[in-house]
Formats: sequence, structure tokens, C-alpha cells
Amino acid sequence: MTEQTQAAPVFTSTASMIRALGLIATICGVIIVGVYESTLTPVAANKKLALERQVFKVLPGAKHVTEYFATASGITPTEGHTVPADAVRFYAVYGADKKLAGIAAEGSSAGYADQVRVLYGYDVTKQAIVGIGVVSMRETPGIGDKILTDEDFLKNFKELDVRLAGDMQALANAVKTVKHGTKKNAWEIDAISGATVTSKAVGRGINQSAQALLPKLVPHIDQLRSQP
Amino acid sequence: MSTPEKKAPSNMDELLDGLWKQNPIFVMVLGMCPTLAVTVSAINSISMGLATTFVLAASCLLVSLLRNAIPKEVRIASFIVIIATFVTVVDYAIQAISLDLYEALGAYIKLIVANCILLGRAEAHAAKTPPIPATLNAFGMGIGFTIGLLAIGGVREILGAGKLFGISLFGPHFQPWVVMVLPPGGFFVLACWLIVFAWFKQNKANKSKPQQGCHTTPTTEGSRA
Amino acid sequence: MSKIELRAAPHVHAPRSVENIMFNVVLALMPICIFSVWQYGLSSAVLIVTVTATCLATERFFSKASGKGNTLADWSATITGLLLALTLPPSFPLWMGAVAGFAAIALGKALFGGLGFNPFNPALVGRAFVQAAFPSTIASFVPAFAQQRFTSFVPSTWTAPLMIPTDNTGWIKDAAVDAFTGATPLGRWKFENFTYTTHDFLSGAVTASAGETSAILILLCGGYLALRKFMDWRIPVAVVGSAALLAWILHLAVPGRYPEPLFVVLSGGLMLGAVFMATDMATSPVTPLGIWIYGALIGVLTVVIRYFGGLTEGVMYAILIANAASPLIEQFTQPRAYGTAKTDTAGGAK
Repeated sequence: MTEQTQAAPVFTSTASMIRALGLIATICGVIIVGVYESTLTPVAANKKLALERQVFKVLPGAKHVTEYFATASGITPTEGHTVPADAVRFYAVYGADKKLAGIAAEGSSAGYADQVRVLYGYDVTKQAIVGIGVVSMRETPGIGDKILTDEDFLKNFKELDVRLAGDMQALANAVKTVKHGTKKNAWEIDAISGATVTSKAVGRGINQSAQALLPKLVPHIDQLRSQP
Repeated sequence: MSTPEKKAPSNMDELLDGLWKQNPIFVMVLGMCPTLAVTVSAINSISMGLATTFVLAASCLLVSLLRNAIPKEVRIASFIVIIATFVTVVDYAIQAISLDLYEALGAYIKLIVANCILLGRAEAHAAKTPPIPATLNAFGMGIGFTIGLLAIGGVREILGAGKLFGISLFGPHFQPWVVMVLPPGGFFVLACWLIVFAWFKQNKANKSKPQQGCHTTPTTEGSRA
Repeated sequence: MSKIELRAAPHVHAPRSVENIMFNVVLALMPICIFSVWQYGLSSAVLIVTVTATCLATERFFSKASGKGNTLADWSATITGLLLALTLPPSFPLWMGAVAGFAAIALGKALFGGLGFNPFNPALVGRAFVQAAFPSTIASFVPAFAQQRFTSFVPSTWTAPLMIPTDNTGWIKDAAVDAFTGATPLGRWKFENFTYTTHDFLSGAVTASAGETSAILILLCGGYLALRKFMDWRIPVAVVGSAALLAWILHLAVPGRYPEPLFVVLSGGLMLGAVFMATDMATSPVTPLGIWIYGALIGVLTVVIRYFGGLTEGVMYAILIANAASPLIEQFTQPRAYGTAKTDTAGGAK
């Protein structure tokens, strides 16, 4: 602050200002690119590990994960392709015997505080969701985060019916969260009493994702039967 | 936030400045955004503190080295570019070390770039000081910041989860204080620490009346309504 | 209140000191506390004692630490403690009650410089703190008039400090009160669309915090304070009136959806809040028009939070918000003593 009071304007040439900024930009550029290059491999490995940990939790017996995306025209492995904007990403999960153990995909919907992102496991023969895990959420601790621990709630996802309707265009019955204690059908989710908003977010997220993914995926499921 | 510039402080003074007399959180009340947001647990606090310390020390070193090459007119742009560089470095480094930690700290790692301690230190101190004292001062400030975060994060984790550094303290029947892990808990705990500090300083000032007075910065809390 | 406060010199001696007013408020709260003990028994009694004692101890600690001498004699900490205890469920664990008491005085009062400087009602600050800290415990109740209430404590009362409250299921079974549900009338209305009769409220036969079940008693005690001019009658009238008016309009507009105005007035903490909390002198405006605006704000906010918010009860936050707004209300309703000749603002309320 004191410099400004010494009002005698010292003339700084345009060239020297540009030179200084150029110098700094160069130094900083070198540092950033250097660090990016050297952390690339461990970061990728970490991300893969984290993903596998999540997927293995929702599909027991899984050993290997391959990322795919589905569009109206079919399914393609993500590796080496650019993913179109309207595509739905999912993971084909294989067991130790290299047979398809199931499909995992992510759904998200607004909860009480922020987006609740869940990963669910889909069993191809049962045509049902057989497990969920939470990828990220900011729900109230002690209330909303019961979706991780409440056993009654997790029982909903032992076998949540998501079979397709006859015309393969949508789910036969939309996944729906119902008030605690009123679950009647296999496609309904019994909400946690006191954490209805979060329970509903889970149901909505799964429904949206399954509605978008399964009609594109199921007709081509044979492509995925064994590990490529 | 201008530092009271004394005549040639020793390196030790530079280092200790940020720990106590000019503690960024409890005395200068700077960098409140990460202070309130990430201090839900001790480990988050330490990680955030160390990340900030690294950015602070590294950018102050670079600013200090380049201080004669940077024209006054473009200094803020230069400082911000330098700070942003080291924030990016930390961002990648944390992703490489632990993704869980990266998720927990969230956007606040990137927001270190907007932490006023950094630009404040670069502008008020590093730009006028040779590299060694500048880095030491920045390092001290960073450690002071870390201690502040840890003081808040420790209390919030103990009351909010019954744990410290993830180790359960009270057994399985502990009743968590939900408010402590929510944003208001950050305000409550910060306010309580500020009272303790203000109180401590007031007592000290009362004991040694004549000279201490000018260093006592009034904090926002306290008896002045 | 406006007759004795904020007047310039010369001061005429009046026997009505702060201590005197406060002491009368404590007296007026006593019947409500006794009713609560009669309703809920031993647990309610020890909760009231614990919360009040914590408030007094905290007050003592901070007044000593800040060199103010003994401020217990002004009775204000006692009022805070009693009011706070009356807004908590009677089965609330004592250690949580102590946390509430400490938060009320430390965060709600001492932090701002003690009596008269606090912008928020301390009892409500304490209540808001425990509501945020222990949201599930503060919403669990035991039945009123349980048969063993004078011979045994509710198990959760004596929960060890920092621990999860002990389970009350067995005790509630022994209580032999038929058709007990753990939800308050407001909760049952919101989630089950069940309304109680006016008689249920007047006799205290509903599940709720101690201070929420005795509308008539609160009115009588408030009437005593208002008659002796220890309390500004306009605030409770404005609060209850505006809440009832808004409830009545909504009831007429959508009859099946919203309950009758009387239900809104009698349920929850509206009565206790209107009579004893909204009228706190330090946190309410003093200008005549301001008082009406302040009261109406509380009433309207209460109904809005209850009907459209996520919570079942809105009185606490309504009063806290109005507390925060009261300096602003005061500034806008300042009667013009001199300067430009504007029309008298103190006249047309509403």
C-alpha cells in the first residue's frame, strides 16, 4: 500500500511487462505439464481401482470390469472411442470364469442436499437390480446417509424388478419409491421413514438410468456374454 | 492485511510469526472458506492444511525469486498465475496419492487459489523479501493455518463422529452431534476458538500493559459489540 | 413495556426493575412447569432442574470470566433454563439437556455480551442447537399420563453422557396408554393427515414437548404478566392473530388440505412461543408499529414453515428469524420526532 503514495511514476516499458509475464507463464507451464505427465499413470490406476471397488461391491463375485457405452444403434467399448453425447455409459462385469457376471451403471438424482449418485448392479438372467452402492452424496449425516446402512432399505435391492416391457422400449414397471411400509410389488422401493427425500432420490436415479440404458442394452446383451 | 514490518526480523521470527502472533485463522481470520468447509475431520484438516502450506511456501519462494523481474503493473496477474500453478500441482498430486481424500476435499483444493492468505502473503511479504525468509515465513503461516484447521477439525470430528483421526474414542454407543459435521458446526467451533484466543490475549495484554497493546488485533468476536 | 423502556431523562423512580419483571416471569412459568411434571412425572422434573441448573452454572461461569460479577440475581438465566426445558421432549436425556442449556447461555447470550445484547432468544438458540445436533432424539416422545410416571424414570433420561439414548420401548409398553404414537399432533397432521380435537389439546392429552400441551395454562399465566404490564400483550396477540388469520384463509381456500385455525393455534409451541419467547424484551422491537409487524411476521412464518416447509414445527425458526429482523423493523418504524413533516407512522397498524 505504501508504494502508491510515492507517486513519482516509474515508467515500465510494454516490452518488459510482456517479457515478465511471458517468463512466468513459461515457468508455470513447464511445472504444470511436468507434474501432469508424471502423475498420469498413478491417477489412472487410482481411478480404476476406485471404480472396481465400487463395482465389486454391487455385483459379488466380480473380478474384471470393462467400460462400455450404449447408443440407439448398439453397444461399444469405451476404450479407443469417443463417447457420443446421447450415449449411456455402463460397465460389463465378468467373474473369475470370464463369464458375464452382470452390468453396473450409475444413476443420479437430486436428494436433500445435492445430487445422490448411486451405482447399481443389474443381473441379466433375473432382469433385476441385485445391489446398489453410493458413489457420492451430501445428505444429512444420521438421516439421509441411512441409505448406506439401513438394512431394511438395502433389502429392496436384493432383487428389484426392472424387466423390460414386451416392446423393449421401456421398463415394464417404472421403479418407484413408496412410503415406508407400503411396498407391495417387486419394482417398488420401501422408503426409509424419516429419510424419504433421499430414498426417493435413489429410486428416481435408478429409474431414469435403467429406463435410458436397458432398452438399448438388452437387445445386444449377447455381445457381452463372455469376456472379450 | 499489512504486516507490521519490523527492522530485519530473524529467520526464526519469520517462521514463528504465522504460528502464533499472526496466525491466519485465529488472529487474521483469513481463508475462512476452507476453514469452515473441509474441517469435518482431523485428517481432512491436516490434508487441506498441508496442501495450502505447500502452495504457500512454493509460490512465495517463486514470487520472492522473481520479485525484481516482475513490474509492479502486472504483479497481481503474475502472483495469481504462480499460485494457480502450484494449486494445480497439488490437485494432481492428491489425485495420485488418494482418490478418497480428493473426493473429501472436493472443490476446496482448487479453491486454494482464491484463499486470501496466499495472495496476501505474496503481496505483503514475499514480494518484498529475499527467498529464504520469505519461504520460512510462508511455511510458518502454512503451519499456523494447519494448526488452526486441525483445532477446528479435531473438535468437529470428536463431537460429530466420536472419533479422532478415524479412531473411535467412545465406543459403539456414541451419539454423534449431527450439527458438528454440518456447516453450522464449523461456525460454532470457530467462534468458540476465537473466544478462547481473544480471551487469552486479553489476559496477556492485561498482565503486561505498556508494549503489547499495539500488536493486539481485535478479532470479530469479543466484547466490542 | 414501551411505557418503561427507552425513555430519555428525567427518569421517574418506578419499583419495576429488570429483576422484578424477570422474577414475575419465573413465577408465571411455575404453573406450566408443575403441569408438565404432573403430566410426565419424574423425568420431566429432573430435566427441568438439570437444564435450568446448567444455564445458571454457564451464566455464572461467563459472568465471572468477563468480570461482570454475579448476574444470576437478574433471573434471566433461570427463565432461559425453564423455557428451554419446556420446549424439549420430557424423555430427553439429561446430558443432552445440559448441552442445550450450555449452548443457550454460551452461544445465545454470553457470546454477545450478556443480558440485553443478545440478538436471539437464548432458549431458542439452545433448542435450535440440540435440534440440529440430535435431530432424532428431539423428535422422540413418551406418552403423557403414563401410570408409572411418579415411580420410575423414563430410561432415556439417565443415558450416560455422549451415548445414544437408552431404548424406551419397554417403558412405553408399561405405561398402558392406548393408541400411543410417537408423533406429535403436527407430525401426525403433516404425514398422516390426522387431526386432534380441540378437547385433546385443552386437556393436555396429546404427545408433545411439555410446554406445548397446556394452551389454557399458558394463556392464564400470560394474562397475569400482561395485566401487571410485565409483558407487551400486543406481541402474542399479533403472533396468534396473524397465524390464525393465515390458517383461516388457507383453510377456506383449500378446505380438505389445511386444518382449522384453532388446530394451528393450539398445536405445537405456538402458544408458549408467542407468550414467553417472542415477548423477550432484548430481542423484540420497541416501536408501536414495529411490535405489530414483528408479531405478524412470527405468526405468518410459523404457518408457512408448518405447511410448506420440511419441518413439522416452525415456531422456533419463525421467532429466531423475526429476532434477526427486529433491529431492521425498528429502524423502519422509528416514529419521527422532528425533521420533515411526514404522516404519523405509529398510527395505522395492519
